[in-house]
Amino acid sequence: MRLHEYQAKQIFAKYGIPIPKGRIAGTSSEVRQISEELGGNVIVKSQVLVGGRGKAGGIRLAKSPEEAEDLATQILGMEIKDIPVRRVLVEEAVSISQEIYLGITTDRINQKPVLIASSEGGMNIEEVAQSAPEKIARCLINPLLGLRDYQLRDIAVSIDLNRIYLKTFMDIARSLWKVFADCDAQLAEVNPLVITSEGRLYCLDAKIILDDNALFRHPDLADLRDTDGEDPGEVTARKYGVTFIKLSGTIGCLVNGAGLAMSTMDLIKLKGGEAANFLDIGGGAYAEKVSAATKLILSDPKVKVILVNVFGGITRCDEVAKGVMDALTGKSANLPLVVRFVGTNANEGYKILEEVPYQTASTLLEAAEMSVNLAKGVVSEHSYQ
Amino acid sequence: MSILINKHSKVLIQGITGNEGLFHSRQMLQYGTQVVAGVTPGKGGEWVLDGKVPIFESVKTAIEATGANATAIFVPAKYAADAIFEAVDAGLPLIVCITEGLPIQDMMQVIQYVKQSKCRLVGPNCPGILTPGEAKLGIIPGGITVPGNIGVVSRSGTLTYEVLDALRKAGKGVSTCVGIGGDPIKGTSFIDALELFEADAKTDEIVMIGEIGGNDEEVTAEYITRYMTKPVYAYVAGISAPLGKRMGHAGAIIEGNVGTAASKISALELAGVKVAKHPEEIIELMQ
Repeated sequence: MRLHEYQAKQIFAKYGIPIPKGRIAGTSSEVRQISEELGGNVIVKSQVLVGGRGKAGGIRLAKSPEEAEDLATQILGMEIKDIPVRRVLVEEAVSISQEIYLGITTDRINQKPVLIASSEGGMNIEEVAQSAPEKIARCLINPLLGLRDYQLRDIAVSIDLNRIYLKTFMDIARSLWKVFADCDAQLAEVNPLVITSEGRLYCLDAKIILDDNALFRHPDLADLRDTDGEDPGEVTARKYGVTFIKLSGTIGCLVNGAGLAMSTMDLIKLKGGEAANFLDIGGGAYAEKVSAATKLILSDPKVKVILVNVFGGITRCDEVAKGVMDALTGKSANLPLVVRFVGTNANEGYKILEEVPYQTASTLLEAAEMSVNLAKGVVSEHSYQ
Repeated sequence: MSILINKHSKVLIQGITGNEGLFHSRQMLQYGTQVVAGVTPGKGGEWVLDGKVPIFESVKTAIEATGANATAIFVPAKYAADAIFEAVDAGLPLIVCITEGLPIQDMMQVIQYVKQSKCRLVGPNCPGILTPGEAKLGIIPGGITVPGNIGVVSRSGTLTYEVLDALRKAGKGVSTCVGIGGDPIKGTSFIDALELFEADAKTDEIVMIGEIGGNDEEVTAEYITRYMTKPVYAYVAGISAPLGKRMGHAGAIIEGNVGTAASKISALELAGVKVAKHPEEIIELMQ
């Protein structure tokens, strides 16, 4: 789960990381007021959960409260990558003499947190990583020991940090580690960390991505979720504990297990079709969950065929069948249904579905082929049961 | 021979009184596994599964009383890291964590701690280990595979069942099947399992089942080139997955071109691995 810049900055501020003075606003008159309080020279930043805000014109400098109000009116009326801008962050503008990159994330290969720093922070940090990898310093953090001061001194040397900033830099990095550890973050990033022409350090932009698996420990952070940029189907799916990702094809898939769900999509493609979604009902799913999942598929007008592919282990095929039946009952549009049940209570599952027409396949490949043919309107030789 | 578990393994179950723990403990017993103990704090002294399995307050006391040498963990994600630490401190040589949804930072600490011990961790978020005809530790359905000479290692659950089922239907049996789990931070890697299979006298061929996300398959391909003498066959799920989408498993995230199915398949093929286009094709490649 990704936090907004202003939310991340509020957390950083609590941990003592210096951020420019400013506030969040939802209307242009508020922006004007904040701008007046800050002395007129401000930056107005749209708060949406996508990258490329700056390039889309969603981050603008204003020299006066009037200009800030005008800009806010424009920004608050725009959409960035289809997401409406509902809030802007208004901050005092600072004069920048250097931009540093500082971030902590999970290094999957080494299975440890890693601190990454660069003397060339800012918008183009990813290009720097490509073109001048020697300018990126990293150090692995022992998760049982935490980030140690000697590591920070090494990092400071690696990025040629002027010694007069060392203490402040170390304080900021230590705090960033605390944020990362305390919030169960997958990413805690300050980019850029600027050194101003007056020789002060500020976190100008902040990013925090939280580990969804750890949100049970952080109900306060879980409340910060913003679903504006998400597909409504994906939001519903999360509520029911299923994983749903909308895609652009015509074959709605309902599968248990992420690997099998991906494999099902692959075979559909192999046979010349396109999946309408990725849907993993998870292990041991009950009818209610499956019903909600089936309804998600049905809500997609592009879907022409439904493919149910379940290899029962923990998951019982009869529970899946009950859920599918529940969702299909009372629906006028009868989409063709392909069902493949293997394992726990497969026969019981087929029995429950007797009231609706469906085709069945014994192998994964056959199920995929059948669905693709049905989606293309090809009459199949396989008989309805 | 087999790897990791066999009919002599003495298994304890952490979280034996939960729904899943109890259900699968019964399945393990019925399969012939020596399930010797359960651990559920607060329920020590009780017996479950028709009075066959005693419950203990802690892993340490369970080991002292029963000589257990492996554990399967079914406790909820909130408490799973603690359960693993407890098993490590009790010195269990084999720890299999079935639980899914463990926080990543918990897992990083766990891995670091396990590395400093002599214990092996498999999982989390995995279906466990099954040595056909002998024992199973976890949730892999017993009926879908038979004893044989193929070692199976997989990041996926149900997809593994597909492959086991297809192998059995083709008359092929399995030495041991290891589900290493779909999480990005996990105890046992493909390489760890391949190393064990390479050294196992009963395993002649290996099937590995990968999926998009991370770079496990790419790193494994290098290992295969250098160290494996036994033939390896593979299937990688997710060739049709769009970039940047997260497909359920925490591991299945594609970042740029790293971690795509195409990159994994080409790395494996370069290492001499025959890669199937779909799970059932593995059988054809093995002929």
